This record gives sequence, C-alpha cells and structure tokens, in this order.
Amino acid sequence: MEPIVKVERLQKAYGDTVAVDDISFEVREGEIFGMVGPNGAGKTTTIECLEGLRKPDQGTLRVMGVDPQVNGQYLRERTGMQLQQSNLPDRMKVWEALDLYASFYPKSADWEVLLSELGLNEKRNTYFSKLSGGQKQRLFIALALLPDPQLVFLDELTTGLDPQARHAIWDLVRDVRARGKTVLLTTHFMEEAEILCDRVAIIDHGRLVALDTPQELIHNLGAEERILFTLKGSLPSGFEKAFSGETRVEVQGERVVIHGKNGRAVPLVSEVVSLLSERGIQFTDLRTEQPNLEDVFLSLTGREMRE
Amino acid sequence: MNSLVKMAWVESKLFLREPVGVFFTLIFPLMMLLIFGTIYSNTPAGPGSGGPQAIGSLIPAFTAMVIGITGMMPITITMATYRENGILRRLRTTPVSPMVVLVAQVVVVFSMTSLGVILLGIAGRLVYHVQFLAHPLSLLGGFTFSCLSFFGIGFILAGIMPNARTAQIIAMVLMYPMLIISGAAWPSELMPAAVQKISAFMPLTYVVNLLRGLWINESWRQHTTDVLLLAILLVVGVLISIKLFRWE
Repeated sequence: MEPIVKVERLQKAYGDTVAVDDISFEVREGEIFGMVGPNGAGKTTTIECLEGLRKPDQGTLRVMGVDPQVNGQYLRERTGMQLQQSNLPDRMKVWEALDLYASFYPKSADWEVLLSELGLNEKRNTYFSKLSGGQKQRLFIALALLPDPQLVFLDELTTGLDPQARHAIWDLVRDVRARGKTVLLTTHFMEEAEILCDRVAIIDHGRLVALDTPQELIHNLGAEERILFTLKGSLPSGFEKAFSGETRVEVQGERVVIHGKNGRAVPLVSEVVSLLSERGIQFTDLRTEQPNLEDVFLSLTGREMRE
Repeated sequence: MNSLVKMAWVESKLFLREPVGVFFTLIFPLMMLLIFGTIYSNTPAGPGSGGPQAIGSLIPAFTAMVIGITGMMPITITMATYRENGILRRLRTTPVSPMVVLVAQVVVVFSMTSLGVILLGIAGRLVYHVQFLAHPLSLLGGFTFSCLSFFGIGFILAGIMPNARTAQIIAMVLMYPMLIISGAAWPSELMPAAVQKISAFMPLTYVVNLLRGLWINESWRQHTTDVLLLAILLVVGVLISIKLFRWE
C-alpha cells in the first residue's frame, strides 16, 4: 500500500541555521506516527513543510499522493492540522469557532457531534480565552477533525498541559486512530511517544537518528532492567547465583536491586518473584524499572532529553 | 459565500463584544453630538456657529469622524492582533481564501460605522430636530465611497506594523490629530489658517468636505478634488492591502 506521507531527503535551513538535515521517512495509513526530539530538533519545521506552510529547500514530499507546495488547497480541504502556535480570537465562543470553521470545508463533519465527542458540550458558550489549556487543545482537535480528514497533523499537542489533561488528550488521539484516520504528531515528551505512537522517529539536530516501534527501539537498546524490593530478613547465601543469564545483585541494607538484560526469554521479574517465594523470603515494595525511550535517546545521542 | 457570511456574522459579534470599539464607534460620536449640540443651542445664531442648521452640519462632520475612527482603529488592531496571535495562522490551515478574511472585515467595519452614523442621525433628529435635506442616495453613496476609501488605510497600517501594540499606538498617534485637524471632530472654520493648511495633507479632510457638501445637497461635481483624491486612496488602498496581506 502506498504510504500516506512520504518524505525523501528533506532539507530546510533558516539563514545559516540548518533546521532539517536530510530526513527521510514514510507514514503508513492508519497508524499514529510520532516525531520525537528536543525543542529545536526540526520536528515542527518538518511537519510544517508537510502541511504546506513552509517551503522545503530540497527533497521530495508526498502527502496523500500530492506535493504540499503544489496542491496545498487539496490538502487543506482533506487534512486536519493542529499547529504548535495558533489561536482563536479571545471572545470567540466554542460553538462559533466550530460553526465558522465548518463553513470553510466543502464537506464538513457535523460539528455538534464533535462538540460532544470531545467533551466540550458544557463549554459551547464559553469564550476561547476562558478555556483551560486542555480544553483549548480539545477544541483544536475538534477543528482539525472538521474536514473529516484521512490524515491529522498534531504539533506539540500536550505541551503545557498538566498530566491529567495530557492523559485525556492521549485517549482522544487513540480515538482518532480508531476512526481509521492516520495521525502524524510531534512531541518532546518521550513518555508520550512511547505510550501513544505505533512508530516513532527520533529526531535530533535536524537528523533522523532512529525509526521503529517504541518496543523495538527499547529492545534493540539491549539496556538493563532493574527489579527493586525491600527485604524482611536477609538473603540466603548463593541467592545471587540462582538466576539464569547475566544478572547482578546489589544489596544496600534492606533494599535489593537486581540488574538484568532486557528482552530475555523468561522475564526477569517472574524469575525473581518465583525464586523469592520458593525460598520463602519475605519482601515488600517490589517494583521494576524498564528502560524507556528516554534511555534510547540518551544512548543514541549521548545526551539527556531536556524539556 | 457561506464562509464569508459566517465570518462576517461572527466578526460582528466579536466587534460588539469589545467595549473599547463599541464606545468609540457607537457612543463617543453621540457624546460629541450632545456636547457640541448643547454649546451651539446656547449660542446666538451667526456665521460659523449657532442654530439648528449648525447642529445639523455637525452630523456629516461626525460621520467623517466615525469613518476616521473605524478605518484606523478596529481594522488596524484586529488585523495586526490576528496576525500576531496566530489567528490568521490557524485560518491558513483551512481552505478559506484570504479575500474572505479581508472582505469580512470590511463588511463588519462598514456595518458598524453605519450603525454609529444611524445612531447619530436619530439623536440629531430627536434631540435637536435636525432637518434632513440631502439627497438620500447621493449621501449614502458618498458615505459608502468614503468608508471604502478610508478603510484601506487601516489595512495598510496593519500590513506594515510589526505587531499589534505598535499598530495600536501608531493608529492612535495618527488618528487623533487627524480627527481634530481635518474638521471631523471640530469645525475647521474655527481653526487658525496654518492648521487649515496642514489639513490638506489629511485624507480625512476630503471625507469631511465631501460629506458636508452632500449634506447640504451640493452635487458631486462641486467636489471633484475630494472625489478624485478619495478614489486614488481607494485604489491604492485595495491594491496595497492585498499585496501586504500576510498570514503570519
């Protein structure tokens, strides 16, 4: 199947600053595809080139089979775009915004339905300026869904939101995919990319450093997972040697940390728990620490991801 | 077409929700009429002042004042704010044409200006029994023509100003002296000759001249200079407004 978005060797510079340096990737129909990386990595420039808002210096772009620079109007009628920096007039009411924007599309979705699906019914008569950050983003998602698009662009959707609002937005994005739409999003939250995206492109300094499912990226890292628990009593001798494969046991007073390679045949945690109960060792507060995309970013770029 | 109607309707509501705009467009001209009307009513009739005729002559002048205010302030501030705050950017992601955005603004500001002028006329009639002697179509034509010519200035200012704050300040700095010197807020006959000379450089002066003339039933032919200058302003305004339009 033809990919819904195709980026080939995209390059874009602002004066001397290279924003996007030779990026290529494809987005498949029906997936949530995330571009993730620190601020200034080139994510927004890439997405804005795809939206037709910026002109690439070099490279070939195809969105739904057309060049955004040539067939911008075609795409504006058929895709939903949520921008990182955009606004509505302060005193525009929620329903007025939806009603107005619906009139721009030749075939628009029913905004009354979107209003209730996005949980904005109670806010329909509220001024835009009186909405919370999460409500504004929900309204922007509603606006992006008005053309009943096949493809939705979401740029830094959850920046500035509190964790609760962020989780609510994630559910909405999954709903969008469940309607058979493709989502191309950018984020600088590694956790968000890991939880939400089917595939992730990690971008740093305008370059694509990795592209895969979050699980594969983490698995390929080959990093350690850690099992932590608190002992009631002491460890029997020889406990350290009882595990299969490479493990390392650290004891700090009552606190025990077991390090093991990620991606083993038998999950480390089940091995640890069965061994502990087999030997009748009492323990509390057991938790596991899995490597995450943050660790992937660190290992690929040698830097911590900073917000 | 549907989007133009919708946008003009929503923008009208937004206009009326902005207290400063409502004050300057609808209330301030009425206040001026009442203040000057009171002064004139207590002055014996004579050249340049006094009597119902003099109060009547305030109506076209204050109409020009409303045009001066709405052309400079709401258009400039709205367009500059919309650009600065990313409201135009959001619109740009939709299939809507920039012409819809521009024309909707013109329609809204023209309607609000008309509303302000109608209120002025009603107050003049009810409070001061001002006689309406002008040819209605001629006056309406002059009013519409003046509005369209003058509104271009707002779009040009919005197009060249870097941000909304600067746009607002520059618009005010240009507007107040123009209102006073052009004879819109103050009969130009009362001003020193030197000031009257400066008024020749104020576009609003020609609006005042034309409207005052049409008000006392003068023909358009008697105002060829005013009409010609305003026509040039109209053409230049439309061309530059479209040329200067930027989404961001």
